[in-house]
Amino acid sequence: MDTLLQQIINGYVQGSVYAMVALGYTMVYGILGLINFAHGEIVMVGAMVALSVVQLLINSGLPPQLVLLFSLIISVSVCMSLGYSIERIAYRPLRKAPRLAPLITAIGVSIVLQNLAMIIWGREYLAFPPILPNNSHRFFGAIITEVQILIVLVALIMMGGLLLLVHQTRLGCAMRAVAENPTAAILMGVNTNKVIAITFMLGSGLAAVAGLMISARYGIVHYYMGSILGLKAFTAAVLGGIGNMRGAMMGGLLLGLIESLGAGYIGDLSGGFLGSHYQDVFAFFVLISVLIFRPSGLFGGRIAERA
Amino acid sequence: MTIPELKPLLHVCDLKVSYGGIHALKGINFHIAPGELIALIGSNGAGKTTTLKAIAGLIPWSAGKIHYRDMSLQHVAAHQLIREGLALVPEGRGVFAQLTVEENLRMGAYSRSDKSTIANDLQDIYGLFPRLAERHMQLAGTLSGGEQQMMALARALMSRPKLLMLDEPSMGLAPQMIAKVFETIRNISTQGVSILLVEQNARLALEVAQRGYVMERGLITISDNAANLLDSDVVRRAYLGD
Ligand SMILES: Nc1ncnc2c1ncn2[C@@H]1O[C@H](COP(=O)(O)OP(=O)(O)OP(=O)(O)O)[C@@H](O)[C@H]1O
Ligand SMILES: [Mg+2]
Repeated sequence: MDTLLQQIINGYVQGSVYAMVALGYTMVYGILGLINFAHGEIVMVGAMVALSVVQLLINSGLPPQLVLLFSLIISVSVCMSLGYSIERIAYRPLRKAPRLAPLITAIGVSIVLQNLAMIIWGREYLAFPPILPNNSHRFFGAIITEVQILIVLVALIMMGGLLLLVHQTRLGCAMRAVAENPTAAILMGVNTNKVIAITFMLGSGLAAVAGLMISARYGIVHYYMGSILGLKAFTAAVLGGIGNMRGAMMGGLLLGLIESLGAGYIGDLSGGFLGSHYQDVFAFFVLISVLIFRPSGLFGGRIAERA
Repeated sequence: MTIPELKPLLHVCDLKVSYGGIHALKGINFHIAPGELIALIGSNGAGKTTTLKAIAGLIPWSAGKIHYRDMSLQHVAAHQLIREGLALVPEGRGVFAQLTVEENLRMGAYSRSDKSTIANDLQDIYGLFPRLAERHMQLAGTLSGGEQQMMALARALMSRPKLLMLDEPSMGLAPQMIAKVFETIRNISTQGVSILLVEQNARLALEVAQRGYVMERGLITISDNAANLLDSDVVRRAYLGD
């Protein structure tokens, strides 16, 4: 029983991270119909930049909360500019091209970013210094750390804020309008290029926060960390119905839970044949199952929440 | 009521548009004076929609000029035109089905920054279109075709247009609804808004318009007062089904 609760907590925390990254995929897909395969690398860049800032400031005598805040602000700004530049340089010129072209470009951008990161930060696993005291608390027999609590809270706030932005503001309305009918949106006076750029920047900002979260949780960053994470978040987005924002959030949480519970019980299920390091298998099992049995996703079929 | 001395609000001069090798507009000329309601009629594929799209900046033109309120529209981005009072209700209406009726109407005022007058205009619109008021929280996609056309007109009005271009507002509507739509168009016109009305339903269009242009295969072949066009043998045979 204790382990079940523990798996659920771990899964929920991991799922919050997936959800934040999945939102970036789903927002861009909603507005452009493009799967931005470089999105996972933005998470990685966010983590790397945050690491560099932390390394720079950790011995400066600043309080750790302030160090964390600075690294958050800088990595979010860097990632937003990166997201903007990628859209401007790599995708916008291909907006009218056949769909395959920007997709291949996305893979190219992803490779470029990985290699750049490898040149800048090296190919080693890097330790992300524990800046915050990571006390753990007992919770009905399970253990929950302060970093985990922080991750869940920040994710809730960011996602709530995003939903408010998209559903309650003029900009959000314009985003949904562009997603549904770009030509009609232009006729309303919407600068679609600007709205698309903002969408990329919002997704990239969330990615940066997610990058910092995972680094703080696992204490390790690596130039390759974006690919597998990106693929899992993409799975979460597909699971929730790509293009659907609430779906991405639910899909992220669900995937986190499936992985965590699966990893917890895979040993028992396979009679000890498979260990918990097989947890990645679950994400891809989910991806393939959804694509085969319900390609529109669990919450798809209703495009009402697009954008 | 046209006042010939008045500078035209819109002046289209030798406009040519082609899609790849297809010459959709082969050099057309026409103008609209402030306050006029002009009908542009012609059979399928004549180039009516192309004309409106070119004016709205949605497609590039290869030759000719478009002047609107002393401005050349050559280098004006499409999304800036509504700020200048140029609004288009496109073929198929361009309704945002996933947005609520009210969100759609607010999108109509997207180019405006005068918050309090927008709120007033919204109330006025609800007064004029009680159906939309009743359904303001409903997704626009759930409205009937006629209601959607009304909403598209109302949304265009929310931008406070000086020139309103309508592409086949009667398309797909039942006769009763068409009558309502045309009544609304007439009302908008009496408010002083200039209107460029593209219609398959030539008789209805010419009945509300002051002047009309007839398009055939990318050219404007006839231009006259609406009353004369309704009487003309050529027009009656080709477009009025007499
Ligand atoms: N995107 C396009 N690509 C190629 N040809 C086009 C395109 N759009 C229109 N055309 C062609 O241009 C010509 C004019 O089309 P347009 O849509 O302007 O006609 P229309 O007068 O609005 O017709 P309808 O009454 O059927 O709406 C037609 O021959 C059409 O086939
Ligand atoms: Mg047409």
